[in-house]
Amino acid sequence: MKQIVELTINGDPQSLAVEGHRSLLDTLREEAGLTGTKKGCDVGDCGACTVIVDGQPVNACLMLAVEAQGRNVETVEGMQQSIDILHPLQDAFMRHGASQCGFCTPGILMMARKLIEENPDPSDDEIRFGLSGNICRCTGYTKIFDAVRSAAAEIRAVRAQEETV
Amino acid sequence: MRRFAYHEPKTLEEASRLLVDLGENAHVLAGGTDLFVEIRERLRDVSDVVNIKNIPGMTDITWDPAVGLTFGALVTARQLETLPGVQRTYPNFAEALRLLASIQVRNRATVVGNLCRASPSADTIPPLIADGAIIHIYTPKGMRRMPLAEFFTGPGRTRLERGDIATGIVIPAPAPDSGRIYLKHGRRKAMELATVGVAVSLDRDGDTCTNARIALGAVGPTVLRASAAEALLKGRKITDELIAQVGAQAMAECTPISNVRASAEYRRSMVGVLTRRAVKTAMEATQ
Repeated sequence: MKQIVELTINGDPQSLAVEGHRSLLDTLREEAGLTGTKKGCDVGDCGACTVIVDGQPVNACLMLAVEAQGRNVETVEGMQQSIDILHPLQDAFMRHGASQCGFCTPGILMMARKLIEENPDPSDDEIRFGLSGNICRCTGYTKIFDAVRSAAAEIRAVRAQEETV
Repeated sequence: MRRFAYHEPKTLEEASRLLVDLGENAHVLAGGTDLFVEIRERLRDVSDVVNIKNIPGMTDITWDPAVGLTFGALVTARQLETLPGVQRTYPNFAEALRLLASIQVRNRATVVGNLCRASPSADTIPPLIADGAIIHIYTPKGMRRMPLAEFFTGPGRTRLERGDIATGIVIPAPAPDSGRIYLKHGRRKAMELATVGVAVSLDRDGDTCTNARIALGAVGPTVLRASAAEALLKGRKITDELIAQVGAQAMAECTPISNVRASAEYRRSMVGVLTRRAVKTAMEATQ
């Protein structure tokens, strides 16, 4: 039996008809048409489906869509400020070559965004700890960590500039 | 995901009745981070999922110096991990939480769910047993409370009966002069199940240990108390010789198996190493 789930996705209020057993991940990809969030392992090990629900990063595969009733869900599609302006993390990932096959990238971007929001100047250990639930099988992580460090520095610089204005 | 019927009871009574009426293939959903994996990997036949998250009264975290830390069944691992009071007062528990799966998982996973899953290698169990935690349980006949050390009956098995729902945990306040630690041994740091986990909590008077609890994870069908090793420590001045004896006694008390993660011999050997290290550190720890 389908039930109506009302939630906000990337700022847009949506009303989706879903069955009780459907995961938030499948619902985002199929009912909401947002395929940026990837399905890797589907059991919470790989982090490719990381989305932010009410400010907290979670694996969308380990949550039912019906549990998102009334919640605010953010996915990688909501990261860009506009069609031409990338989020500093997206930009840094491109500049540093931090994506190879790219499958893990949306999840890592969401997790890294949350990490930098909470801790604008993370140490290498803090970046590793923060991203330890996201698996990348291509890059060896070095370029991902470079990109996160670089984006964090850029975000700090922009904030410092805003504060002096 | 495989199909199941989904229920959202509003009270414990309603949830309990559903679990009884729907039978053995109805399962409680709190965090879901184990349940949904078990459904997908066909480790469990699940006809009905009973989501207890809309039941009021199980989301609180409270601290009382006389009682200790109390938290409800819906409190997530990440909520507790990030509380400065938990890090300060129960560094053993905070460490176990930090080492559990990933941040994404800990944002959903509940500690009480981790306990009810009753894995012998669950990280949260050894420090909670070593600190004498009490689990609160709703039963159709009324509320029960039970020392967590008596809650587990085997791998994946607890004293919960059909219709029972664990509602929360109380960790007693530490004695003024005490130390506690949880050491996890694995092959990697992140997303790892413990090969061996050792928790030691002890009360001190100078360099004498007045009381000790040792809990060993992943070396038996449940997390084990090393009672004879604890008895060696009680009322004794801590010396290197005594610590060596305690380590040997803990090795004798554990009952590890060989599996994909490690051999029984290796696990037993690591119980010795980690117990010695944990006793020494807990005696020196100031908090």
